[in-house]
Amino acid sequence: MKRRSLFLNSTAAFGFIFLYAPIISLIVYSFNESKLVTVWGGWSIKWYGELFKNDQIMDAAFLSLKIAFISATLAVVLGTMAGFALSRMGRFRGKLLFSGWVSAPLVMPEVITGLSLLLLFVALESAFGWPAGRGEMTVIIAHTTFCLAYVAVIVQSRLVVLDDTLEEAAMDLGAKPSTLFFLVTLPLISPAIIAGWLLSFTLSLDDLVIASFVSGPGDSTLPMVIFSKVRLGVTPEVNALATLMIAIVAVGVIFAMLYMRKQNKMLAAAQEG
Amino acid sequence: MSSLSGNVWLSGFSTWKARFISLRNINWGRFSVISVPYLWLAVFFFIPFLVVFKISLSESAIAVPPYTDLLDFDMEEAYLNIKLNLGNYLYLWEDSFYFDAYVSSIKIAAVSTFFTLLVGFPIAYLIARSDDKYRGILLALVILPFWTSFLLRVYAWVGLLKKQGLVNEVLMSMGIINEPLTMLQTDFAVYIGIVYTYLPFMILPLYSALEKMDISLLEAAEDLGARPIQSFFMITVPLAMPGIIAGCMLVFIPAVGEYVIPALLGGSDTLMIGRVLWDEFSLNRDWPMASAVATVMLVFLVLPIMLIRNKSGKEEGM
Repeated sequence: MKRRSLFLNSTAAFGFIFLYAPIISLIVYSFNESKLVTVWGGWSIKWYGELFKNDQIMDAAFLSLKIAFISATLAVVLGTMAGFALSRMGRFRGKLLFSGWVSAPLVMPEVITGLSLLLLFVALESAFGWPAGRGEMTVIIAHTTFCLAYVAVIVQSRLVVLDDTLEEAAMDLGAKPSTLFFLVTLPLISPAIIAGWLLSFTLSLDDLVIASFVSGPGDSTLPMVIFSKVRLGVTPEVNALATLMIAIVAVGVIFAMLYMRKQNKMLAAAQEG
Repeated sequence: MSSLSGNVWLSGFSTWKARFISLRNINWGRFSVISVPYLWLAVFFFIPFLVVFKISLSESAIAVPPYTDLLDFDMEEAYLNIKLNLGNYLYLWEDSFYFDAYVSSIKIAAVSTFFTLLVGFPIAYLIARSDDKYRGILLALVILPFWTSFLLRVYAWVGLLKKQGLVNEVLMSMGIINEPLTMLQTDFAVYIGIVYTYLPFMILPLYSALEKMDISLLEAAEDLGARPIQSFFMITVPLAMPGIIAGCMLVFIPAVGEYVIPALLGGSDTLMIGRVLWDEFSLNRDWPMASAVATVMLVFLVLPIMLIRNKSGKEEGM
């Protein structure tokens, strides 16, 4: 028994080292004075200064944040509707096809999604003159479409396990469907909606392949700029950028965990008392 | 008699009226909740595939957009010519390059999925068996990389695997190797990249399957004289099977169509279908050929995966 747990612990420890060594090396090398990334030239924060002076990266970062914010919000609205339609609306015509469409983006290779949307935009433009050119808006449409699927799946799985007695009680008391949704169901599924929004925001911020297909020449998102830089090799500014992004995510995850722990404690206290 | 028929008529009227009211009050809400996302997906998810299929039947041309029209209306003779070019599909069939790329992506994805399972299982097992105190922290440690940028996590390996990279330095200083190994731009680097980036997708479903497992089953097996290795393969693995299947699907499916990992870590000879499609599109600017590759990928890769998923989902539901 003892020997097996030693084996287990050491393999799991190896796994965690594997998971974190690359991230830690990125962070350490972002503080490297030397331009040659392989040579250690002492501690320095000069690459962070260079990063903020780099207009190309900064513009792309703001564009990406804007696209991620709008797409995540649209995806949450449409995805919640889709999840609701699939789990609370009973049967309707074409439901099977609809559920197929909702889950398909999850297994679709990004290259296919990107290519097909680009060809659609080109065809629409030559037929109707809309969208005129490609850029911010076409990327938002593309991201909304694939994030919608993630939100729908999360919301749907939450609605399925949700106890519907509260909704029934509200209906018995004469709540209109819209009141029922906004005052009862929505607060109950809000954790799923928040999770869906955060996931969509991250997916949009992170997407390289689809954005490369559907974006125009002037509108490079942050992953597109990073990709064009790192194709040529390791660059210290990207290391600095990566460190900042990891720090933001780490702080976010820690806060989310503390919040969840607090909620669980409150829930436990409420159940006891 | 007449009052009865009057009642029937009245009740008939009131159900009709109720239906009318429900149509006015409820069904419009219901209708829009269903139809808005339905329409969105029809326009931006389904119709694009029809466009892809259509363009795969056209010819590449020097024009904007760079392909020929299928329909061509002759005004004088009033002829409607339909030109369907099957040449792209024929070329796909004849040139072994595309078939090799397809097989090679499946091979690379399958091998990396297997290694992801090997690395992920001990971690998931450890978390599932650890104290409640540490469980949350360990899970957060697994989830944290998942929320950080995929592209940057792949990029991190460029710095580690290159000739003067950290891995070579460490191995040389330990005296295991004498001269630096070529690891970057090989299939090996692609395997590492896939295992690394998709590890959280494997660990989380494995964890949720292992967490539900009743530990007393293992104790019972031990009491009955089973060796640890026996009880692992006869009890733990079968009970973890739903998690193993879910995790493997979550890794294998995106890995097959992967573009970023082979582009950054792989060599020029690392054939993956996603990369072939991308190059056909952006380097050769052959949109019809790229569309044909996408159509074939959809039929021979995505549809089977969706059918398997649907089937396994239903079995689990039972």
